[in-house]
Amino acid sequence: MIKKFIIFIFVFFPIKTLALIEVDITRGNLNPLPLAVSPLSIDETSRKNFEQILDKDNIGSEISVIVENNLRTSGLFNPLDKKAFLQAPDIANLKPRFEDWNLIKAQALITGKVNYINDKLRVEFRLWDVLAAKEMMALAFTTVPTNWRRVGHIISDKVYERLTGEKGYFDTRIIYVAEEGPKTQRIKKLAIMDQDGANNKFLTLGNELVLTPRFNPASQMVTYLSYFKNMPRVYLLDIETGTQEVVGDFPGMTFAPRFSPDGKKIIMSFAKDGKSDIYTMNLETRLVERITNHPSIDTSPSYSPDGKYITFNSDRSGYQQIYVMKNDGSDVKRISFGNGLYGTPVWSPRGDLIAFTKLHKGKFYIGVMRTDGTGERLLTENYYQEAPSWSPNGRVLIFYRETKTNSKGEGFSAKLWSIDLTGYNERLIKTETDASDPSWSSLLSN
Amino acid sequence: MRLNKILKNALLVISAGIILTACATKKEVAVEAPKKEETKKEETKKEETKKEEVTKIEKIAGQMQGDVYIGNDSVKYLADGVADRVFFATNESILTTASRETLRAQAAWLRANSNITVVLEGHADERGTREYNLALGERRANAAKDYLMTYGVSSDRITVISYGKERPVVSGSNPLAWSKNRRSVTVKAN
Repeated sequence: MIKKFIIFIFVFFPIKTLALIEVDITRGNLNPLPLAVSPLSIDETSRKNFEQILDKDNIGSEISVIVENNLRTSGLFNPLDKKAFLQAPDIANLKPRFEDWNLIKAQALITGKVNYINDKLRVEFRLWDVLAAKEMMALAFTTVPTNWRRVGHIISDKVYERLTGEKGYFDTRIIYVAEEGPKTQRIKKLAIMDQDGANNKFLTLGNELVLTPRFNPASQMVTYLSYFKNMPRVYLLDIETGTQEVVGDFPGMTFAPRFSPDGKKIIMSFAKDGKSDIYTMNLETRLVERITNHPSIDTSPSYSPDGKYITFNSDRSGYQQIYVMKNDGSDVKRISFGNGLYGTPVWSPRGDLIAFTKLHKGKFYIGVMRTDGTGERLLTENYYQEAPSWSPNGRVLIFYRETKTNSKGEGFSAKLWSIDLTGYNERLIKTETDASDPSWSSLLSN
Repeated sequence: MRLNKILKNALLVISAGIILTACATKKEVAVEAPKKEETKKEETKKEETKKEEVTKIEKIAGQMQGDVYIGNDSVKYLADGVADRVFFATNESILTTASRETLRAQAAWLRANSNITVVLEGHADERGTREYNLALGERRANAAKDYLMTYGVSSDRITVISYGKERPVVSGSNPLAWSKNRRSVTVKAN
């Protein structure tokens, strides 16, 4: 499914030296760039064909709505109201009348065209700089019609990349734990959805407790903890085929799994006789290696993107703190020294930061620090929240938060939230059920 | 210093209250006589609820020592006088004197019933990160296991499992609820 995309560039990229629009994503962006996403134009035959296949009245406008939503939720762009548009979609895609778009204060314009060709969906789109009156980018895709949402995500990624200079994160999925029922008898299922909440699918039935699913950064494999047969063990799941297997042959609980950046190893904790140590298992050779050996609890390991270092959580100092070591377990250094307890360290895909959960005076914080522990920055504070996971471009963190359902502090609800690295743009991610333990996939189209 | 300030402010508020009520009574003595009784009733009611609150707090205090639960609300019994669970302080896996007593009773019962095998289920409260709490639950159950072994229960009769914070026995979010949830429970496996 994923590999069925044929992408080709049909117009050359304009010369890069031209100073066109740029969006700075390193700061909290309080003035999102106003841009217009014109509905993609569609001829009547194509429209009717897609209506029959996809049960969507106008697939051209549906795709443009996806692009619009993605760009809006990034917090960097302000898609303008389509009612103000003066030019018809088909004409705009041929040659926009820039004065018209300038008039409604759009600085960038996205136009496009959808065709039905040999049972396939063909989409072309163009990004225009309104002020400079220039085309910035033009691309076309051909895919199976059912992939129409992904076309919208890919367009969003291309626009994001062209305007910010960094890869996007829209053509991605989130794996998480869907939750139902009272706290004392919570039912938990693995679930997966597109980054924008669409295409939600449950992967397990809820017969056994499942926790902490994590994507392989190199493929569509997932590792997670399952209490199958009441034996908490780390499992490996292929989400394309649905096959799963237990990881290694440990005489006790294995937990806190994550993949190495190349996807070839799983790193996890193994608990025995009251102490938890960190182990790796090579998925090709099945070789198990012990990385830490300490009477304390060592858990929540996460590799640096180059695979040379591991950050982890340990209470060897007496309480939960964050440590960094070399990938063979040598050179262990504590990096968290602020007030409170620190847990769930996750290395940024850019390599420069470690995200964490901090507990201090009855509050939970999601924060980031440099890999040497300096520059600690708390992004969000709440009654209870934990488990940050990075967007593949390292610009957004997704995590989960539990809130009380009434003012008396009774009942509770667990939901997924995202926040920009800047500390701005905190957003609730809507899910059908309660949700926890999110993990962000890498870009599907790369 | 700060306490002094607070006390002073409180005094001011109270005296202001007295003055106000004094004024009010002076003005409408005759007409408001029956209402006065009502207010009295209300006041006694208020005092009663206050008393209830105080006893409630005392009750909570009576159920916890430090932050370890010492009550028996959720406790079940493996046999007469043999409680099934022990409780822990926040982030700790040290057995208290009371816990050791409970475990000695369990050990004696297990020695007397040598065909019985048990699962020790270790738990943590919700105020911690999920993965650390899984490890902590395992450490708590192992603390109980070690003690049972010291008192003559063979390790092959004991299985340990940690649920971390996944299976609280009570769902509240307050110190008392958390104290009931930080536990190791001995469950008959056969």
